Amino acid sequence: MTLRDAINKLLGRQPASANTAKQRLQLVLAHDRSDLNPELLQQMRREILEVVSRYVEIDLEEVDMSLETEDRVTALVANLPIKRARALPIVAPEASDEPTSFTAKISSTTSI
Amino acid sequence: MAAASTRYILICSGKGGVGKTTLTANLGIALAKQGAKTAVLDADFGLRNLDLLLGLENRIVYTAQEVLAGSCRLEQALVKHKQEPNLALLPAGNPRMLEWLTPEDMGKIATMLGESFDYVLIDAPAGIEGGFKNAMAAAKEAIVVTTPEVSAVRDADRVIGLLNTEGVKPIQLVLNRVRPKMMANQEMLAVSDVTDILALPLLGLVLEDEQVIVSTNRGEPLTLNGTKSPAALAYTNVAKRLLGEEVPLIDPSKERQGLRAKLGRLMQTKIF
Repeated sequence: MTLRDAINKLLGRQPASANTAKQRLQLVLAHDRSDLNPELLQQMRREILEVVSRYVEIDLEEVDMSLETEDRVTALVANLPIKRARALPIVAPEASDEPTSFTAKISSTTSI
Repeated sequence: MAAASTRYILICSGKGGVGKTTLTANLGIALAKQGAKTAVLDADFGLRNLDLLLGLENRIVYTAQEVLAGSCRLEQALVKHKQEPNLALLPAGNPRMLEWLTPEDMGKIATMLGESFDYVLIDAPAGIEGGFKNAMAAAKEAIVVTTPEVSAVRDADRVIGLLNTEGVKPIQLVLNRVRPKMMANQEMLAVSDVTDILALPLLGLVLEDEQVIVSTNRGEPLTLNGTKSPAALAYTNVAKRLLGEEVPLIDPSKERQGLRAKLGRLMQTKIF
C-alpha cells in the first residue's frame, strides 16, 4: 500500500486505479496463458479435491484454487485447509487389483 | 551489401491503434539518418498506412506481389524517401489483390530486401491471424509496442506467446503513449508493472505527444526534421539503442518539475 492509497482509504475515496489494473491483468493473463477453458478448470478442481480428500478431510468452504502468473510462468496455486487427517486413507483406484482406469497427473507449474 | 548481418525486425502489438505504424515510420527514418540502409515493409496490405505516415502515398506503383510474380524488379517496387535516401518503403500488397500472400512469400521478400539493406522493419497488421503470421514469417527478431492500458497489455501478451512459439528473438518492448502525470497519480499502470507482467526488456519509452498527430497530418515523421519534441527524442533513442549505443531510458516521474510533482512522488512511497 502506498501513501496515496492510505490517504484515499482514510477519506473513504476509491483507491487509485493503477493497482486494480495490474491485479486484473495478472488474473486474466494467467488464464490466457494457461489456455485452459473454465470448464476444464472446474473439472481439474473437482478431481484434485477428490484425490486430496482421500487422504485428508478438507474444509470445502475455505478452498481456494487459482492460476497465478509471474515472469511468464503460470502456476496453479491451491489453498486447501485441512480439518483433520483421515484415520484410514480411502483406497485409491491405483491400489486396487483391477487395472486402473483413472490417473490424475497434475503439473503445478507450466512454462508458457 | 550486408546480407549476412541484416536485421529483420517485426514491429507488432496485437491491438490496433497503439502506435505500430508510427513507430515503424519514425524508427525507419531515425535508422536511415544514423546511416543504416533501412527498408520498411508494410505487411498490413488490407489497411496499409505506412505510406501515408511517410508521405509516400502518391509514389507507390508496384508492391511485393508484383515482384514475386516476376512482373517487375524489386528496385522498381521500392519507393525511396526523397529527403532520406537511406530509407525505402515496400508495400506487401494492396487490398484489391486477387491472391493472398503466404508466409513463404513474405520470407522470400524479406530475404531479397536483406541483400541491399542493413535493417528490414516489418510493420505487422493488428490481430493475431493470418496477416500477422505472414508478417512474422519475414522476421528474426521483434519489437512489441504497447501502451499502459489493460487491453493493449493483454493483447501484447498474446502476441509475445506466438513469437515465443515461433522462436522469434530477441523480443523487446516499446511502451508508447506514457502520461507521466497519470502515472504519478497512480491512475495508469507503472512502467515496471508493464515490464514485469510482459517480462520483456524495455527498448524505449515514448511519452504521449501531440506532435505525433501534427507529424502524421503532414506525412513527415517526427524524426525527419530534428524536432525536439519528447516523442521525436524517444524514437531516435530507440534507433540508437538498436544500433548498439547505450542511451539511458527517461524516467517519467522526473519529467515533471515543481511542488505538485514532488508531492506525487511522495504519495507513491510504499508504507507497507
